[in-house]
Amino acid sequence: MMFKKAALAAATAALGFGALVAAPAAMAQDQFVPLLVYRTGQFAPLGIPWADGKQDYLKLVNAKGGVNGVKIAYEECETAYDTAKGVECYERLKNKGGGASGFDPQSTGITFAVSDKAPGDKRAIVTMGYGLSQSANGSVFEWNFPLLGNYWTAADSIIQDILKKEKGSLKGKKIALVYHDSPYGKEPIPLLQKRAAKEGFELLLLPVTAPGVEQKSTWLQVRQQRPDYVLLWSAGVMTPTAIREAQATNFARDKIYAIWWAGSDHDVKDIGAGAKGYNTVTIHNTAEHDKVHDEVKSAVYDKGQGTASNATSVGAMAHTRGMVISMLQVEAIRTAQEKYGKGKVMSPEQVRWGLENLNLTQEKLNALGFGKILRPIQTSCTNHLGTDWSRIAQWDGAKWTVVSDWYQADKSMVDPLVKEYADKYAKEKNVTARSCN
Amino acid sequence: MFYRENGQFKTSYAADQQIFPIAQDRIAILVILLLAFVAVPLGVSDYTFQAVLIPFLIMALAAMGLNILVGYCGQISLGTGAFMAVGAYAAYNLQVRIEGMPLLLSLLGGGLCAMLFGVVFGLPSLRIRGLYLAVATLAAQFFMDWLASRAPWVTNNSSSGSVSAGQLSIAGWVIDTPAEKYLLCLGLLCVLGLLAKNLVRSATGRNWMAMRDMDVAASVIGIRPVYAKLSAFAVSSFIVGIAGALWGFVHLGAWEPAAFSLDRSFQLLFMIIIGGLGSIMGSLFGAAFFVLLPLVLTHVPHWLGLSLSTATATYLEHMIFGALIVFFLIVEPHGLARLWSTAKQKLRLWPFPH
Repeated sequence: MMFKKAALAAATAALGFGALVAAPAAMAQDQFVPLLVYRTGQFAPLGIPWADGKQDYLKLVNAKGGVNGVKIAYEECETAYDTAKGVECYERLKNKGGGASGFDPQSTGITFAVSDKAPGDKRAIVTMGYGLSQSANGSVFEWNFPLLGNYWTAADSIIQDILKKEKGSLKGKKIALVYHDSPYGKEPIPLLQKRAAKEGFELLLLPVTAPGVEQKSTWLQVRQQRPDYVLLWSAGVMTPTAIREAQATNFARDKIYAIWWAGSDHDVKDIGAGAKGYNTVTIHNTAEHDKVHDEVKSAVYDKGQGTASNATSVGAMAHTRGMVISMLQVEAIRTAQEKYGKGKVMSPEQVRWGLENLNLTQEKLNALGFGKILRPIQTSCTNHLGTDWSRIAQWDGAKWTVVSDWYQADKSMVDPLVKEYADKYAKEKNVTARSCN
Repeated sequence: MFYRENGQFKTSYAADQQIFPIAQDRIAILVILLLAFVAVPLGVSDYTFQAVLIPFLIMALAAMGLNILVGYCGQISLGTGAFMAVGAYAAYNLQVRIEGMPLLLSLLGGGLCAMLFGVVFGLPSLRIRGLYLAVATLAAQFFMDWLASRAPWVTNNSSSGSVSAGQLSIAGWVIDTPAEKYLLCLGLLCVLGLLAKNLVRSATGRNWMAMRDMDVAASVIGIRPVYAKLSAFAVSSFIVGIAGALWGFVHLGAWEPAAFSLDRSFQLLFMIIIGGLGSIMGSLFGAAFFVLLPLVLTHVPHWLGLSLSTATATYLEHMIFGALIVFFLIVEPHGLARLWSTAKQKLRLWPFPH
């Protein structure tokens, strides 16, 4: 009896303490956007600002009157980066509100599972900056949209920056990839192997078992093998652990290049000066501060509607990335409305058309407040990635500063890989590539 | 009043030894099976299939397998996730490497590979018991985690480490709608459940229970520990392997090694503790509880108008499970199944006191 009462008391206390903002239920005549998030689990430090960013931008859109008058309804579903939970969330939300506009599973593992179901269910999967890298090929992957960049373009941009530092030659150099031992971490390996063959550097693969809080042996190997650069493909709790281990083994932080998910304020803030020099590749220019940040602060946070606990999260790179994802989703809806009827709720197929015909010019981006963060992008039937741009940002001990120019992945490196892997996928899954004309 | 057992006389040994000796029970089971096979596929939404029924059936199968090992034979195992992984990856390899391999044969092959794996990692049970055995089976879990991530042949040289099952079909019947997947899982659960129930009622089952209760005394009276313990590991891993193959093929479709991590092992252990150790029905209760609780926690606050963030709901789920396990271990170690059988015993007499 006592235990039952204790359990009940604990539950009520948790309800009282954990009173964060929950999502409103989807109403009719609203465009429904599902928000798959992970606010718990090993990736929570990354997932929380990401989810906050996604929701904050949708709130901003609603505050400005919605998309041509159609408000956005949204609902969060916790996946904890678990594939089974992600699939359950997808199944629960795919038919809500007349059909979910597009899923951002926030996880490569969940993307793999959901990409099998998406063509049958006719729901778009938007995987900005992650996911199946080969899904940039729109003829095979009709319903996948890895917008703005994927792990192959990211890895290629990093190699280009390293090439610049090494004055154009990497012959005889050693580059280590310290990666999260999951599909997420393994994604860049094909491209890095191709680059290693071309540039003549030795690629060292060092997997880290999830969740990545135990990295002493990995960094001991780094100390023994002495690579010239370390590429870090981590996320969540693994990232600060990696930086601390690098500090402990005295590996120069400015020789570490992290993928965008491992480069945000939450990763380095607590380490502060110890992480000075730590580099990250940014998807387009997400390290920049722009009008949209001020708008979110004034229209959402100042009115007490902010998703994060306080407005200091606005401007963090993970938060900005979340806002970019929501912005792309909303602009896809807007593009669909231009064709299928302004002011009407779009069906999932229409939103997919919108995602495939995105054309964000510099003027549009400036008007949206993303003019400095993104460069113009345009998607098409064959190209579901749009245009990939990246820059390198560096932590100076207190804040991130952009230290490089714009990079674009070398198409001669990435495109053949995309074609090869997309064809392999099509063969395995019996998908007939559609013709784009 | 419900169980009027007047006139129910058994006139043959077979009738006396049947699984459901009471006629009302037989009718009830028949009705439930009819509902499950006929009514449910007709009337239930796709979401309920995908998110509630299919995970329930597969987890119930896995829990049944684990219950045989932990509940009936008393060998604590924390490596269930690994056995499921072996079943899933073996079935995947059979399907992908052998042209035209039938689905059922790949599932059975997955079960057989898991059986071999289970017997190998069950060998420590001949020397150690209890907590130490739990740690040895934990080694199985970590070994499989490592093997699935590091050995490229396990994932058929997939560069990302993620594999996906192809199209499921049995003798021309293509299984792609949720209702058909549900029927496949239900059929396998019924067949394997019958197998498990008959095994635990047989001499093998009694050997297992003797091993559980007092293994030294059991070996003194002539029950050979090697056969008893290893057969428990074998049968349990076979069933768990098939459940793992179903989990990967039918529920997830595409999976990576993290889908069968240590969390899965713990979940199954918690399921059978809450559902009832040493009871086939307990596995069903535990699985149902486990699948329904997160959904209840997500939907009920909405219905009641309380606002609960997703993170809070997840943490609440962990807390409630923990609290319930402690509660059940202290108050009712035989779990929900004991509550049910007590209720049934009383129902057999109701409204009479004796």
